Amino acid sequence: MRFSHAILAALSILAVWQSVVWIAAPPPFILPDVPRVFAALWNNRALIGTHTVITLTEIALGLIFGGSFGIISAILLAQSSRARILVRPLLVFTQALPVFALAPILNLWMGFGMTPKVVMATLIIYFPITSAFFDGLMRTPVGYLDLAKTMQAKSGQILWRIRIPAALPSLASGFKLAAVYAPIGVVIGEWVGSANGLGYLMLLANGRAKIDLMFAAMLMLGVISVTLYLIADALARRQMR
Amino acid sequence: MSKAPAIRFQGRAAINGVALFDPLDLNIAAEKWTCLLGASGVGKTTILRLIAGLDSHTEFAGTITANDGLPLPPRLAYMAQDDLLLPWANLRDNVALGARLRGQGANWAVVDRLIASVGLTQHADKKPAQLSGGQRQRAALARTLAEDKPVILLDEPFSALDAKTRSEMQDLAAKLLAGKTVLLITHDPGEAARLAHAIAVITPAGLTWADVPAGTAPRAVDDTAVLAAQGALLKFLREGAKDAV
Repeated sequence: MRFSHAILAALSILAVWQSVVWIAAPPPFILPDVPRVFAALWNNRALIGTHTVITLTEIALGLIFGGSFGIISAILLAQSSRARILVRPLLVFTQALPVFALAPILNLWMGFGMTPKVVMATLIIYFPITSAFFDGLMRTPVGYLDLAKTMQAKSGQILWRIRIPAALPSLASGFKLAAVYAPIGVVIGEWVGSANGLGYLMLLANGRAKIDLMFAAMLMLGVISVTLYLIADALARRQMR
Repeated sequence: MSKAPAIRFQGRAAINGVALFDPLDLNIAAEKWTCLLGASGVGKTTILRLIAGLDSHTEFAGTITANDGLPLPPRLAYMAQDDLLLPWANLRDNVALGARLRGQGANWAVVDRLIASVGLTQHADKKPAQLSGGQRQRAALARTLAEDKPVILLDEPFSALDAKTRSEMQDLAAKLLAGKTVLLITHDPGEAARLAHAIAVITPAGLTWADVPAGTAPRAVDDTAVLAAQGALLKFLREGAKDAV
């Protein structure tokens, strides 16, 4: 997806939204019109800005931790068949547990600050990164491995010079998924218990019937997700070249 | 570089109990080009992979020995139909791959000399995708030479190239690989007739040594003896296949 395509898609969504408001004419506390939401965004820019910074920080930390753990796990899994037998079912099991169910427990253990949100994002990202990168590491073209074998290559060198570079496109697709999932984890965490972040702001605005502010916060979340996806996508494209 | 050994391949191979080829005895002369010619599916690539130590799913009963009694795998270099250049690495890094995979440093002076010997100096910093098919195969030849091994295993390395490029690659390879023990797997009778010091034809009926045209390899593409040998080899391949049906 190109940047210009993203802009086009966003404009279409706004156009559909505004058309619905014109045609169905719902009361503003059900569905505010586009100008009203942008006005709310502008009038509350300091408030929304502060909460955006918090949410963005949580997402970034989640991506860093989830990404690092995922990359390390995938390499360990690829290098050791024993690790595969032991860890793989465990990995699937952790993913089978809905992260939503963990959110209250994490809040209970770690309080209402940033930590449980970062952990949520880390957990939700960890699986797609590990899974995508591991698949890439296991699908090294056989010809390269044959060549390396005739060259009497060391297995560490094969990993570093052939298998990891050959798997980078897969890692990049893992990060594309992660860029979309990370905000979900963070917002769930903020909904369950928080005094900061866009998720908190949405709940607060909803409770006070400030629907335009709620939509403005949601708009910011959308912008964050799409921007992250575009960055991951651009990095993936650079990698392919 | 140690002196190039002769290699003897004796044995039979099967896949899941089905014989791939009956017992055969293949002598690969020291410091010569031996061409193993055959149609697809007769097991010629399997023989090369067994010698290279790459085959894992074939049941092989027999021996593969060098005449000096030393182990073969550390002394061979391998080149396939696919150039196997790493797409993310430039040409110099690709040529230096072997040394780096062994955890040794690359000898850049040697790398650059080999790139020059295959005529790619001005492309040394390009990625494989920026090179033509012929250039890529020349780069693969430079990488093979960088291994500096006495035994060279070539698995149809020129078969994906157009006729002109292929004949040029044959000349270049014959020049640069002189003095090494070379096993060339090919399905192209013309290639065998140009390059071989010995031609072993493998058909479902077994292994037969064919006559080699006079003259030193690489022989001219329009040499009458080469063309006659090419015709005779093709005829033999067709009849050998017919016998088996």
